[in-house]
Amino acid sequence: MKSFEYTITEEVGIHARPAGLLSKEAAKFKECTIKVWKGEKSAEPKRLIQLMALGVKHGDTIKVTVEGADEEAVFEHMKKYFEENL
Amino acid sequence: MLRLKGKGVSEGIAIGPLCFYKRQTSDIPRYETKDAAAEWQRFKDAQQLAVEQLGEIAEKAREQAGDEAAVLFETHAMMTEDLDYEEHIQNSVENLKLNAEAAVKDASDFFADMFASMDDDYMKERAADVKDVSARIIGILTGAGQGGMDSDVPAVVAADDLAPSETIQMDKSKILGFATEGGSGNSHTAILARTMGIPAIVGLGDQLKQLTEGCMVVVDGRSGEIFADPDQQTLDAYKEKLEAHIKHRKLLAELKGKPSVTKDGRSIKICCNIGNPDDIQFVKENDGEGIGLFRSEFLYLGCSDYPSEDYQFEAYKKVLEEMAPKEVIIRTMDIGADKQIDYFKMPHEENPALGMRALRISLTRPEVFRTQLRALFRASAYGKLGIMFPMVASVWEVREAKAACEKVKEELRSEGIPFDENTSIGIMIETPAAAVMSDLLAKEVDFFSCGTNDLTQYTLAVDRQNNDLGRFFDPHHPAVLRLLKLVADNAHKEGIWVGICGELGADPELTQTFLSIGIDELSVSPRSVLPLREKVRSSSVKEL
Repeated sequence: MKSFEYTITEEVGIHARPAGLLSKEAAKFKECTIKVWKGEKSAEPKRLIQLMALGVKHGDTIKVTVEGADEEAVFEHMKKYFEENL
Repeated sequence: MLRLKGKGVSEGIAIGPLCFYKRQTSDIPRYETKDAAAEWQRFKDAQQLAVEQLGEIAEKAREQAGDEAAVLFETHAMMTEDLDYEEHIQNSVENLKLNAEAAVKDASDFFADMFASMDDDYMKERAADVKDVSARIIGILTGAGQGGMDSDVPAVVAADDLAPSETIQMDKSKILGFATEGGSGNSHTAILARTMGIPAIVGLGDQLKQLTEGCMVVVDGRSGEIFADPDQQTLDAYKEKLEAHIKHRKLLAELKGKPSVTKDGRSIKICCNIGNPDDIQFVKENDGEGIGLFRSEFLYLGCSDYPSEDYQFEAYKKVLEEMAPKEVIIRTMDIGADKQIDYFKMPHEENPALGMRALRISLTRPEVFRTQLRALFRASAYGKLGIMFPMVASVWEVREAKAACEKVKEELRSEGIPFDENTSIGIMIETPAAAVMSDLLAKEVDFFSCGTNDLTQYTLAVDRQNNDLGRFFDPHHPAVLRLLKLVADNAHKEGIWVGICGELGADPELTQTFLSIGIDELSVSPRSVLPLREKVRSSSVKEL
């Protein structure tokens, strides 16, 4: 399992629009379990409602864990996605 | 006449008949299913159809209200297929043997409650998304379909609440305005109404029940008021407002993106005065050419203690980034006189207008000044910043303020923090002393901006806050205009630009005068930008 920490700079946090886009992105990797952690709570980003319910706001520091097939590549891909979009 | 009060969430005025939105309400059936697999398939078919419908609505939204609105419906489509949502329904059908309609209803309640209980106003609103999506699937399952409005003429649509999909599916040419019992400024309907430019009032509660189908209403989307069966006086007043509003919209369409240049080719920059980063949207809507005056007081007024460097930095950075590459002139705090703040603990003054205010406080409290300057220079790396000092009377004050800037720049350099070395420095010309000394002041700074309210008050020795002195407070007084001419001439001799950021700048009676004395920039409230641009484009300097 690989993980990285990230502080959200997106103004509205992971709300409707950014959540929808992140969800689409994460759903691309079917063989890999991706999770977004906010403190003790976590959500799978491909599950949109879960992700939105996590209530990640601007300035929140979250942890993203990646586990499964092709872990390394998915990790790099998601890290880049967060840095560029959120 | 009946007056209703709600929350105005989309500006504008609507006058017309009221039409209630009609829903195909049917009770949601609930029974035990014998064939869970078939029931599950019924759901899957309905789900697929809902996703297709939402795709079509997203396209319609893209045409009518832009990408932002379209993404909303794409998100709805994703919610329809959400795994948790689907699993909740699957569990109800397969384990509890519930029919599909009831299973969807239960999932809808479950997830809507979950969103509604979140401690975030924005997320609370997402409960409406879940309900909207679920209502669509249930509508497909029961065959009841969707609701609609039934009016041959354009009307104000009234409803308990409107789901975004209901809003976008209505025939836009038939909608004059929206009035709903529930909802908030964050609701999608409010956001859609704003992007479509349709006045809307939400949160009217039970008041709507007093109105009847087809009754004449006036909707004021700014104040949040509705007048039903208005009297002649109210109706006339609003018809006038509506015309002004339509005229402004027309200006917007005609003049947005056009240069502010006279018939004989003289251009003048028309910028905006703002007091809060949120005002930037109005600057953009009205095509402001930059920000000529950003009052930094709001940062101090909104706090119970001195705002920190980081807090200020974030606010300045946001404005600079949003406006880039256009210039943003931020005025250092103009506290004192009519703007008092408790934690500054300023001693009581007999004559605050002539007292400890603005730059005088900054120079007397170097630590407060330093914090603001550090925040400003740090933010300068994120756009095009100009720093402006208010309430200058003497050359030494400007030199001292500039020295404070140099000290801060030196600090940032040694700390390796990036900033824009070419940040321009300017001053407000609002005392007669500064106007008279403008030849020497012009050698010290990069620009002047004239604050006409204070310049008038100090030049004419008339208290601007005393209403009894109304006719003595005359910003058109030749003494004020002569000073402005003197300032402009002295600025141009030193090759710096001069603007006007007081209320006088928007006065169309003086536009010709300002053009002829060579004013380079007018900074006005966002709503005045386009009327002023229209005035400039129909003027010519040589006529004078």
